[in-house]
Amino acid sequence: MTLVNGAVRAERSGPRALFGDPLLLALLVTAGLVLFVLPLGAVLRLALSEPGGGIGAVAAALESRSVRRALWHSLEASALSAVIATATGGALGLLIGLADLRGRVALSFVILLPMMIPAHVVAIAWMQTLGPASVMTALLGLPATPGATHPLYSREGVIALLALQQMPLVFLTVRAGLRSLPRDLAEAARVAGAGPGRLLWRVVLPLMRPALVAGFALAFVSALGNFGIPALLGVPGRYVTLPVLMWQRLASSGPSVLTDLAVLALLIGAVAAVALPVQMALQRRLSVALIGAAQRPLGLPLGRARPWVEAVLWLALAALVLVPLLSMVVTALLPTWGVALTFDTATLRQFDEVLFRQDVTTRALANSTVLAIVAGAVVALMALGLVPFLRRGGSGGRAARTVALLAELSYALPGLVISVAFIIVFLRPLPLVGVSIYGTHLIILGAYLSAFLAIALKPVSVARDALDPALGDAAQVAGAGFWRRLLRIEAPLLAPAAASGAVLVTLVAFSEVTLSSILWTRGTETLGTVIFNYEDGGYTGLAAAMSVIAVLTTLALMLALDRIGRRLPPGIVPWRS
Amino acid sequence: MSIALTDVTRHFGVLAAVDGLTALVETGQFFTVLGPSGCGKSTLLRLIAGLEPLDAGRIALNGRPVAGPGLDLPPEARGLGVVFQSYALWPHLDVLGNVAFPIEAAGRRRQAARAEAEAHLASVALQGLGTRRPADLSGGQRQRVALARCLAGRARVVLMDEPLANLDPHLRAAMEEELAAFHRTSGATTLYITHDQREAMALGDRIAVMNQGRFEQIGTPEDIHDRPATAFVGRFVGRGAVLPVDVLAIAGGRARLGLAGAEIEAAAPPGLSPGPANLLLRPKDVAPDPDGLPTVARGSTYRGGEWEIRLALAGMPEADPLVLLQTGRPPAGPPPNLRVLGGWVIPGRAPAESDPP
Repeated sequence: MTLVNGAVRAERSGPRALFGDPLLLALLVTAGLVLFVLPLGAVLRLALSEPGGGIGAVAAALESRSVRRALWHSLEASALSAVIATATGGALGLLIGLADLRGRVALSFVILLPMMIPAHVVAIAWMQTLGPASVMTALLGLPATPGATHPLYSREGVIALLALQQMPLVFLTVRAGLRSLPRDLAEAARVAGAGPGRLLWRVVLPLMRPALVAGFALAFVSALGNFGIPALLGVPGRYVTLPVLMWQRLASSGPSVLTDLAVLALLIGAVAAVALPVQMALQRRLSVALIGAAQRPLGLPLGRARPWVEAVLWLALAALVLVPLLSMVVTALLPTWGVALTFDTATLRQFDEVLFRQDVTTRALANSTVLAIVAGAVVALMALGLVPFLRRGGSGGRAARTVALLAELSYALPGLVISVAFIIVFLRPLPLVGVSIYGTHLIILGAYLSAFLAIALKPVSVARDALDPALGDAAQVAGAGFWRRLLRIEAPLLAPAAASGAVLVTLVAFSEVTLSSILWTRGTETLGTVIFNYEDGGYTGLAAAMSVIAVLTTLALMLALDRIGRRLPPGIVPWRS
Repeated sequence: MSIALTDVTRHFGVLAAVDGLTALVETGQFFTVLGPSGCGKSTLLRLIAGLEPLDAGRIALNGRPVAGPGLDLPPEARGLGVVFQSYALWPHLDVLGNVAFPIEAAGRRRQAARAEAEAHLASVALQGLGTRRPADLSGGQRQRVALARCLAGRARVVLMDEPLANLDPHLRAAMEEELAAFHRTSGATTLYITHDQREAMALGDRIAVMNQGRFEQIGTPEDIHDRPATAFVGRFVGRGAVLPVDVLAIAGGRARLGLAGAEIEAAAPPGLSPGPANLLLRPKDVAPDPDGLPTVARGSTYRGGEWEIRLALAGMPEADPLVLLQTGRPPAGPPPNLRVLGGWVIPGRAPAESDPP
């Protein structure tokens, strides 16, 4: 049998056929090597090889007080915030996924905002909401106490904001789980006499356990890699986590700095590696279940409680999501910090400054715009090329699935691990060309492609699984070769999903800070790093103005995504389901 | 163009989906493959189309080998047409774009291909609908587009995978007519997969009954219905019962049989030898008769216009119940005795297999 199959492949790969799928597959595998295998392999090699690295170096790092403290802070903050996120996100997911609330798309949209807006911007917004002498304290009539410590500069502050940011992740996994929950299971329980409470406890929650565990693991890993929140709140609060320690170490550059960073990246990667398999296995199970037609929401009647539930939800979301954003807008409109906002004091000076006057900010805006759009487009094209191979048998299918798995891994690993990996590999001049891409836009783009490919893969593969496989077969029997099938049939059919993947990646890349925080150099500043550096340097108004621009862009892109999503099967655009 | 299958085999794990099939579909024939779901008939279609690789055996189209040891032409090089169960019309292309696609794939420019496709659209009476999207068509119109797409590919071999399965029952008869007309006018050799024996009978010049990856019998519809070669075919096609009998003597195409302690006579295939065998009894082969064999009632069902009465022969509770058709509601009381008027002997029964006690 193997002989026959071997011969099959030989027959199908004539000289012409080599330019068909083998060519594309070779390109994709090469991309996988450059984006995932080389960088992550380099971290491992540098961290584990003598001299400088090795088991001794890892042990020495663990001996160090600062590393041990940072490791503990990372574990503590990630675990606690993931618990809170699972409780709140899970409850919200169940409520919105099961009950007959009105405006579910709008509710989901607002719930997802904390995830869509970059962490450091969320941190800045909250700092300006709750700080002494802040807009809110002024509004509430509390005395301004400029000298006092900010309440968020603390362990609790870091954990609370991390929880807020991870909550949408759990919300999404629970919604996805509910979508794949066969309606008749719940209906059978109701017919069998179960009221809403019993239905929830005895049927829905047990079936949602994998989704909740996956959501917890996802939230944990995501919190572990978060940089913006602990960097802005934890540093003044003396609560340093591993990613922040890595960033601090890079600033204090010495001869062994790369090895040090590789060892720390290995440490944090090892912690993530404990949670990753759980999350990936469960997510795969969930996504397998999702292949069937997405179910309509159950719409359990809340009866007379409905307006009250809706009111409480909207008020809570307003307090947690909208008020911080508004106070950030207010800060951006103030001439200097501490002045009360009136029609006389309001000014667009900060916006004028960041948009037209400061070289750094205009450059950063241009850099981030171009990088985000290019990253979105390239990643979507890669997904379009890769996804048709995912369900194939043979070595081609295996290679494609390996690349997809590496992409998922790279997406889940803390962003600083990826950026350290890219520095290690690309600091040296490239072979053949003799030029290093470190310090250019290319290295940041590479890190974006590596970290964000998984974001675009998901909608495209969901859309592909929802397609009738006979559509591709029909093109094949109609006489179309590989490229014609890809370009005329597969790609156009998957284009809307790929476009939504591209927009999602553009959205994330436009204002991210974690990857570029250690990859940027003079000339390649990104929006995220400039916001971060302004806030860090005390230019609150400028940071707020830039943040407002980042948030408005995010909102615009989300609305664009929403428009695309109306033509897509449910489950592709996160808040449309 | 003919389809020649030699020892065609395809395994999925340990399961042989298609298990050493050999058959010849002659040029211009309408060949239906009839079988229960899971019998491997769709896999067979995919093997012929090249959508699935062979594990062993050979396939030739019109004398040209397309698959076999060391050979596996991809589907795009086999030059055949497939009508899929879902029709597989590309939703992002309009009707004309769908029909023009095989012409384009053959190397014509897009505009030229569209112009040529108009003629094929006209031949299925869909002229003027070229700019519609497949989603805006009725089920019947979609089938016609799928047929026009086969025509456009100049396919001389057309494979059809249960194309009527997704249509409303009342539309099926009309579309059956259209498929038959399509076959007459195009003259394409057609292999038609179905689980519906009514469709298979109505359409096929020849029918192959498939079970567990093998053809149980290949023959005309009359052969399959009246002269089944195996007990499976006898049970799967038409209504009736297959009962264990003993062949006592054979003379001039008739056999004397022992059934439930009585002696009866039935038609027999040539080459039948005395010993254990099966007897197929259709409803027309039995009639109520006070002097007939005693029976036990097994239930009755109104089938619209007639009653189907199921009766097991006394002393044979394990065997298939006989089917008796009558117009009136069966009266209460003891079931009628039955007389066997005819029947068809199916050779080859292992002696141990559920012999009458």
